[in-house]
Amino acid sequence: MKKALIGIGMMVLLAACASKDPATTVKVEDRAPVSSTGTTGAPTTGTTQTTPPLTGTQGNVNVLTNPNSILSKRVVYFDFDTDAVKPEFASLIQAHASYLAQNRNRKVRLEGHADERGSREYNMALGQRRANAVGKATTALGVGNERIETISFGEDKPKGNGHDEASWAQNRRVEIVYDGE
Amino acid sequence: MFRRPRFFCDIANVALAGFGLLFVAASVQAQLTINVETSSGRTVPIAIAPFALEANAPQNITPLIADNLARSGMFRIVNTAGISNLPTEPSQVNFVDWSGRNTEALVIGGIKPLPDGRFEVNFRLFDVAKQNQLATTSYTVSASQLRATAHKISDEIYEKLIGEKGVFSTQIAYVLKRGARYELQVADADGFNPQAVLSSLEPIRSPKWSPDGKKLAYVSFESRKSTVIVQDLLTGQRRTVASFRGDNYAPNWSPDGNKLVVALSKDAVSQIYIIPASGGAATRVTESNAIDTNATFNGDGSQIIFVSDRSGGPQLYIVAVAGGAVKRLTFDGNYNVNPRMSPDGKFVAFVSREASRLRIATLELANSQVNILTDGPLDDSPSFSPNGRTILYEDKSAGRGKLGAVSVDGRFKLKLSSQAGDVREPSWGPFGSSGVR
Repeated sequence: MKKALIGIGMMVLLAACASKDPATTVKVEDRAPVSSTGTTGAPTTGTTQTTPPLTGTQGNVNVLTNPNSILSKRVVYFDFDTDAVKPEFASLIQAHASYLAQNRNRKVRLEGHADERGSREYNMALGQRRANAVGKATTALGVGNERIETISFGEDKPKGNGHDEASWAQNRRVEIVYDGE
Repeated sequence: MFRRPRFFCDIANVALAGFGLLFVAASVQAQLTINVETSSGRTVPIAIAPFALEANAPQNITPLIADNLARSGMFRIVNTAGISNLPTEPSQVNFVDWSGRNTEALVIGGIKPLPDGRFEVNFRLFDVAKQNQLATTSYTVSASQLRATAHKISDEIYEKLIGEKGVFSTQIAYVLKRGARYELQVADADGFNPQAVLSSLEPIRSPKWSPDGKKLAYVSFESRKSTVIVQDLLTGQRRTVASFRGDNYAPNWSPDGNKLVVALSKDAVSQIYIIPASGGAATRVTESNAIDTNATFNGDGSQIIFVSDRSGGPQLYIVAVAGGAVKRLTFDGNYNVNPRMSPDGKFVAFVSREASRLRIATLELANSQVNILTDGPLDDSPSFSPNGRTILYEDKSAGRGKLGAVSVDGRFKLKLSSQAGDVREPSWGPFGSSGVR
């Protein structure tokens, strides 16, 4: 059947492709970077930030995206092969827990990631463990479990594309994504 | 109205957008190329005489047969150069010519064009020492079936001389990552005829053939998180069979094809569940506070082999389908993951990490014997050939996914790579998996 089709000719074929069946081509727009501010190089903490106002927007400035707000820091980094949340990220998690406490209509997704040095399928579990660890730290601060979904991308969405510790350190992470973002 | 296969347009569009080449060129570029890396051990020396009228046929058959047999790791192809009057008929075979070259088997044949445009392909297989004919078959086929006919002849030769079924007519599925785009591809076992059955900008993972070869289960991130999808390869119909809160991943089919075992995080961190292959309620199998994931049914479907980190590092465990007592299977090293059952249910292929090297290993269930088959450094996602002879896997070293194949005795290795992008997570289809074409 395929061979016969080739004979029909490319132009007919490509014209037919204009009405592509959505069933087999998944159209998902490329996602915007989650943390468009800061944390591009080596993992840093938000501890030097001033404590931001924690509700809604101030004027036209959204505290979730305002680079001066600790809430714009959305990434928790991890060491190799572990889901232990490092103390330096406590203030970041505390800030998001406080925001969620004061904005009870907001939900959050914790997206776990792993570096490439494990097995692809098991790295899903490792990313999930990390998301879960951040989730537990957040619920421990009083946020209801139903407002947090923890998911994993495994190693498939690296931030750093190199194959060295600098890239791996960027990739072992949990990203905090609010609903609607 | 004529219905065109859906996968066709994806490739065509890629050709336009990415390369500006014609479809056929793009297809060739996307094709896997095979390099044999090591070969040792006992191989059957076999001579294949060029078929009569082969030069006039639109597809040479004997080079395909020779490639197939050589890449199986079980044969050595004997050079036919210098033998005058290469035989194409039984009466022309001079066995002394061949025994003099230490040949154990000889293949002759012909490709005769028929008035209706088709071809009559016949072949004969001889035992050189015994000077007798072992097999002969004649096929009447169209030009487009000549390649498949070469695979069928290869299967016949393989089965006659090795004593088990050949896998040359089977198919493989894998994920191809081209730039930002993920494609789920199905190709012939020799890497030819690659066809994208799905294309997405979000990751596609863990394709697994249904036991009847008609469907693929896989994980798609098209809804911004993992969901398990079953796709009918003939109709292109897709059904989301697991889309629970949290992660839905690591699907594997039950031997009867009615169920899938999956890892879900809807109730806790990853636990093992069974779902109907058509979707529906999930039945929980494992109950632990640890990560339980990467499960596969055992040979008769009564038990499930899975990965758990309940003892620290991830190890393989086995549990009855109904749940209950869990038995640990692996004890060497602190990272043993991704189990896959052999077709006969006797072996588990898995990924073992030691000193940060991921290697393909097998575990023999009857005696717990572990064999490390590859050296790594990043070998992943093993999949048995349907005859159990070879394990196909992903070599993701240097960040560029290739496929590797290793014989279950570890002695024969080859690599399959694509110019088009990273090749990942192969799944070798069952016998009779040619449902796509």
